[in-house]
Amino acid sequence: MSPEAQRGLKRAGLILLIGGGFLAVALGIGWVQTQRSVQTAADTSPVPIGGPFTLMDENGQTVTDQTYRGKWLLVFFGFTHCPDVCPTALNDIALTLDQLGPLAASVQPLFVTVDPERDTPDIIKDYTDAFHPSIVGLTGTPEQIAEVAKTYRVYFKKVPQDDTYTMDHSGITYVMAPDGKFAAHFSPRTPIDAMASKLRSLINGKKS
Amino acid sequence: MKIAALLLAVICVASSAQAADLTVRDAWARATAGQSKIGAAYLTLKNTGAAADRLLSATTPVAGSVELHTTIQDGDVMRMQKLDTIDLAPDASVEFKQSGLHIMLVDVAAPLKQGGSFPLTLTFASGEIVTVDVAVMGPGASGPTGSHQH
Repeated sequence: MSPEAQRGLKRAGLILLIGGGFLAVALGIGWVQTQRSVQTAADTSPVPIGGPFTLMDENGQTVTDQTYRGKWLLVFFGFTHCPDVCPTALNDIALTLDQLGPLAASVQPLFVTVDPERDTPDIIKDYTDAFHPSIVGLTGTPEQIAEVAKTYRVYFKKVPQDDTYTMDHSGITYVMAPDGKFAAHFSPRTPIDAMASKLRSLINGKKS
Repeated sequence: MKIAALLLAVICVASSAQAADLTVRDAWARATAGQSKIGAAYLTLKNTGAAADRLLSATTPVAGSVELHTTIQDGDVMRMQKLDTIDLAPDASVEFKQSGLHIMLVDVAAPLKQGGSFPLTLTFASGEIVTVDVAVMGPGASGPTGSHQH
C-alpha cells in the first residue's frame, strides 16, 4: 500500500471515529429525552392515556369505554393470582372510596386483569367484591387486554415461575374524567389521604 | 422418674435458649379474596444473637407450598421475585410488609377467613425451627393496624 493510500485510510478511519462519536452522543441525548418523557408522560405528554376499549365485565357483559361515561374512573391493571401488590392497591382504592363519602357515588373503580387466561368473569367478580362492592373487574380476550393495556400505556409481562407463572405489571392507578379523558394518576405508593383529596378536588372542581 | 423430669428440664432449657436469639412477631395474613387460592403472610423477624442467621423456608398445613417473595418496584412496574433464603444480620430485624417481603401461600386448600389463624413454621440456617400463629385479617388488610372490611 502506498503512503498516500495509507494516509487516506487513516483519515477515513478518523472520520468514522468522529462520526461514530457524534452518533453515540446523539443517541445518548435521544435516550435521555425518551426516559424523561416516560417519567413525565402521565401528566404532561400530549400523547393521550386511555381511549376506546372493548372488554367483558365481571358479569360476562360486553363493556366499552362508553359504558362508564359520566363517572370518574379509577383504572388499575392487575391479576387475581397476585398476593401482595393487587390486594394492597384494591384496599387503597376501597379506603379512598370510604374517605370520599357520598362523592364516591360518582367514582367507578375498574380492575382490569392482565391475566385473562386465569381470570374469568366469575373469578374476577369474587376477587374484587372481597375488597369493595363497587369495584368492577374487567377481563377479555388476550387481544382485547393487550389493546387496552396499550391504550393506557400499561406494561405487563408473563414471567414463568417453576411450573406456573406470575405477571409483572404497572402499578399505576389512572383517574379518568367523566368525559373519558385522562385526569391524574397515582403511583403504587400514593397515600390514601392524597388519593382521596385529589379526587375530591377533581370531582368538586368539575361540578362548580 | 426423677431422671426423666431432669432430662425434660434440660431439654426445655436448651430449646428456650436456642429460641432466645430469634423472635417472630406480628404474624398476620390476608384472607383469601374470592376463589383465590393464593395468599400472603407478613411478620417481623428479629435476630437478637451475635451471629448471622438465615431464613431457609416456611411451611404451613393450610397451603400446598410456601414461597419467600419480594416485590420490586421498578419505576412504575411491580415485579414479584422469588427468594431462596432471607439473610438475618446479627442484632437486626427484617420486616415482611406490603409491597415488599412477603411469604406467599400457594394452593391454599380452604379459604383463609378473617378472624381465623393458622400455624406457620419457619426453618433457619442455624437449625432453629420456630412455629408461629398467623392471624388472618381482611383480604385488603394492611397489617395489625389499619385493616379494612366491608
